[in-house]
Amino acid sequence: MSRIVWRILSTVPTLAGVLIATFLITRVLPGDPAVFFASNPAMSPEDIERVRAALGLDKSLIDQFWIYLGALRHGDLGLSISTGQPVATEMLTRLPASAELTVFAFLLAIAVSIPLGVAAALKPDSWVDQLCRIIATMGVSVPTFVTGLLLIYLFYYILGVAPEPTGRLDPFMFKPPTVTGFLLIDGPLAGDWATTWAAFKQILLPGLTMAIFALAPLARMTRASMLNVLSSEFIRTARANGLSRRKIVMTYAFRNAMLPVVTSLGMTFSYMLGANVLVEKVFAWPGIGAYAMNSLISLDYAPLQAFMLIMAGIFLAVNLVTDLLAGLVDPRAGLN
Amino acid sequence: MSANPLLSVRDLTLDFRSRHGTVHVLENVSFDIAPGEIVGIVGESGSGKSVTAFAIMGFLDKAARVLSGDIRVQGRDVMAMSTRERDLWRGKEASIIFQTPRTALNPIRTVGQQIGDVIARHTPASPTEVQEKVLQAMRQVRIPDPERRMGAYPFELSGGLCQRIGIAAALACHPHLLIADEPTTGLDVTTQAEIMELIRDTARAKDLATLLITHDLALASEYCDRIVVMHAGHVVETAPVAELFARPRHPYTAGLLGSVPSLVDSIQDLRAIPGSLPDLRRADLPPCRFADRCPRHHADCDIPGLRLEGIAPNHLVACRVPL
Repeated sequence: MSRIVWRILSTVPTLAGVLIATFLITRVLPGDPAVFFASNPAMSPEDIERVRAALGLDKSLIDQFWIYLGALRHGDLGLSISTGQPVATEMLTRLPASAELTVFAFLLAIAVSIPLGVAAALKPDSWVDQLCRIIATMGVSVPTFVTGLLLIYLFYYILGVAPEPTGRLDPFMFKPPTVTGFLLIDGPLAGDWATTWAAFKQILLPGLTMAIFALAPLARMTRASMLNVLSSEFIRTARANGLSRRKIVMTYAFRNAMLPVVTSLGMTFSYMLGANVLVEKVFAWPGIGAYAMNSLISLDYAPLQAFMLIMAGIFLAVNLVTDLLAGLVDPRAGLN
Repeated sequence: MSANPLLSVRDLTLDFRSRHGTVHVLENVSFDIAPGEIVGIVGESGSGKSVTAFAIMGFLDKAARVLSGDIRVQGRDVMAMSTRERDLWRGKEASIIFQTPRTALNPIRTVGQQIGDVIARHTPASPTEVQEKVLQAMRQVRIPDPERRMGAYPFELSGGLCQRIGIAAALACHPHLLIADEPTTGLDVTTQAEIMELIRDTARAKDLATLLITHDLALASEYCDRIVVMHAGHVVETAPVAELFARPRHPYTAGLLGSVPSLVDSIQDLRAIPGSLPDLRRADLPPCRFADRCPRHHADCDIPGLRLEGIAPNHLVACRVPL
């Protein structure tokens, strides 16, 4: 029990480091936000100085950091200078879109990669194994935005079976009342099946794009881990004792093979958050990735800091959950 | 060879196909084990001890090719069984335990569950009955406090206890044949003795035919009734323990006995066997594979058709110029 508490406490220093790092990284970005914001030929140097003072950029780095920390305590992530909106509100409205896409793609990737990896390991060099190899190679070598564009080209432009790749929902449809912010959950909750179906069709292509990205490492990892376990001595013992093939594969091999896969699941989820930025751009998905991208281009510090902070926070949370989960599966981790 | 053997291996010849050619692993291997008898197979690494055991259990590698021979357990042709028949046979009629007991157990399943898996597979029983039988199996291998230990994971138990768990699982369904492949490797000397006594006492009590595979002659001399000496895929000699140690007839057996510190009178008498095992990939292996190392090598030795032959009651040897 105390190990769980320690593991949770160990995230505190990391979080502090993340706070300092995100703050400093945004400050060393090339470009002057005051000049950028005041970019109007009619503005004099005095005007620019006034903008700088208004943004608080004339203060020392230390002072700026304290102001930032002070605001953060109240959950205030600052204002976006390009939209004038509070960053916290914007993030909250956009986060569900990103989260839904990532979780959808993640579940899709798991549902395909793990059975595929297991099947490939059970029959090495069979057609399933070759398929696994092809998918793994493709997933590694083709960047997500290319996959996305190819899918759009094929399913929207050529075949015409996919809806227009713009956003989460057809602009003429109404969003179901927000409960979780996930359209695929809120839709059924409201009993609005037409909207749910429309949202599903919208998420399918971007979800597929990200899933293909995540599939490769997961399928390869599952296959390798499964092969490794199947050749281990305790599997030989299980066979020597005449256990059924089903029992050997499912209870003995699969559960052991999942130990390293659980860890890589966490890693993959975190990588997917990063890949999100490009996929959201390609599919005009109203998530935080696209928002962060726009902020970066317009040197908008507050949203950028908030984005990095949220990502780092999710990273930490995912790692924590992964560790706890691995401890739950593996008695040797000694968490229980 | 006994009249009513539980296990009989006859003229087993098998090859391994490898990228570097065909390896002639076993040739005309024959021996019997009677119920309640403990037979030790001894020999150097690479002499074919484990392959023989694996062939009996149907555990041969895909590269292995059985050229001839017959293996029967209780009269049943083992090599003719279907995969499913063999699965149901293993663990119920015949069991094998391996070396390195800790890695031979599933690391993330409690030892009680692992024994229970074997029982549930071979005997129809309710979960409570399985539980009761697990405790019985654990008591049978003298595990203290089985109620508490059954919930333990292998990493929480000592190597000796892990081997007891392995034996408990192997014997849980009361098989008639037990093969122990170097069961005490990696255990300390006291634990070794405990495990070997357990195996011997169980074999006696349950009339279990036991095949002990070991390279430790001293261990074999202490716990076996009869010994089968293997060299380079041949059975060179088989005899009751006392007779074999008192009067070895094959030059290889004599050499083997002379190379074990605890079996010679003084350190000056300790002798190494010259040379090493012949390369089993050779196409021109001599009829006696010990010929190149043998101090008694004779022209007759190179005539094909060397067989195991009786030289005294219960004593067989494959040598044209026996001691």
